[in-house]
Amino acid sequence: MIEAGKPNPVEYIQHHLTNLQVGHGFWTFNLDTIVFGWLLGGFLVFLSWRVGRSLSLDNPRGAQNVLEAILEFVDIQIKSAFPKPDPLIGPLALTVFLWVFLMNAMDLIPVDLLPKAAEYAGIHHLKVVPTTDPYTTLGMSLSVFALILYYNIRIKGAWGYFKGFLFHPFGKWLMPVNFMMTAVEELAKPLSMGLRLFGNMFAGELVFLLIALLPWWILWVPGTLWAIFHILIITLQAFIFMILTIMYLALAYQSLDDAH
Amino acid sequence: MNVTATLFGQMITFAVLVWFIQHFLWGPLTRMMAERSKRIADGLAAAERGRRELEMADKRSAETLREGKQHAADIIAQAEKRSLQIIEEAKQAAKAEGDRMIAGAKAEIAQEVSHAKEALRSQVSALAVAGAEKILQREVDAKEHAELLKGIQTEL
Repeated sequence: MIEAGKPNPVEYIQHHLTNLQVGHGFWTFNLDTIVFGWLLGGFLVFLSWRVGRSLSLDNPRGAQNVLEAILEFVDIQIKSAFPKPDPLIGPLALTVFLWVFLMNAMDLIPVDLLPKAAEYAGIHHLKVVPTTDPYTTLGMSLSVFALILYYNIRIKGAWGYFKGFLFHPFGKWLMPVNFMMTAVEELAKPLSMGLRLFGNMFAGELVFLLIALLPWWILWVPGTLWAIFHILIITLQAFIFMILTIMYLALAYQSLDDAH
Repeated sequence: MNVTATLFGQMITFAVLVWFIQHFLWGPLTRMMAERSKRIADGLAAAERGRRELEMADKRSAETLREGKQHAADIIAQAEKRSLQIIEEAKQAAKAEGDRMIAGAKAEIAQEVSHAKEALRSQVSALAVAGAEKILQREVDAKEHAELLKGIQTEL
């Protein structure tokens, strides 16, 4: 893998973990993240359009069966958390699961395959797994956070939501402490969500890169093992992201009385 | 890490994906699945209804069969009774006819007998007269002895 030019391992790893960036400051675009995110999102759009257009009631098959199973699974999670779910929750959770799963699954493509191909095309940096870019994971978790705020305010009212900051968990005599603690708690939600996914996928990719540094005659052993293990990890991380989305929104949905 | 356009780009992509999936996958698929579960429930209910109807029809047919058998047995019993009656009547009629014929025959015989007696009597009286004429060597005047002759005749 690293025969050509023989860069040292640190350079090799750093090279593979650098995004293809254009622009400066705010207008920095991680092109690889965006393009692969779009490609996988486009695949989802195509798939859901294909399946959703010709649903078969009596004789479901192929992709419809798979999507039905996933949808039912997601729906069970939602129904166990929400007494009466908002119509947005279902599609949101399903999208989270499918998109994160697909982006994570890019991990299973051999680490050097696409970057090498890109190099021949004149592109020198390429990070193919969008979820190893915190912009993707935090983008999603911040979107969920925006929804958490929206539902909190819709259900409890702006003042009701704010009261939750002031009077919990210690009662009215410790308002500043309460405010700090609740604010940290709320802000920790999107951060932990986004960073958990990012951290897991980044670390997984790092291990793949380390394995790729091994001599060619042994590298298939740990490579295969880690890839098999990663099939579990990518599904699990997608599932965790989805469950957290559902749980946080369910918490936002609870009325003030039974919150905390 | 800075806040960059990539972050917002990914957020927008996410939002668009959610919107698309809501409208083109989640919506139609959940509607279809609800319809399917409704159809299955309907089918099960219909099957249950059909089963109950079949049970009732079975009961009804057994009832009808039982009634039919009963009816047939009644009819057979009646027919047997009727046939016995007819035989009895026929016997009676035959006996009456026989009696009648016997009575007729007896009457006829009695008549024949009385006819024969009559004829015999008149012949005997004639013979008696002829015998008496022979004995008396003369003619018996029928007029004169009418009384006598009559008496003989009745005696015979």
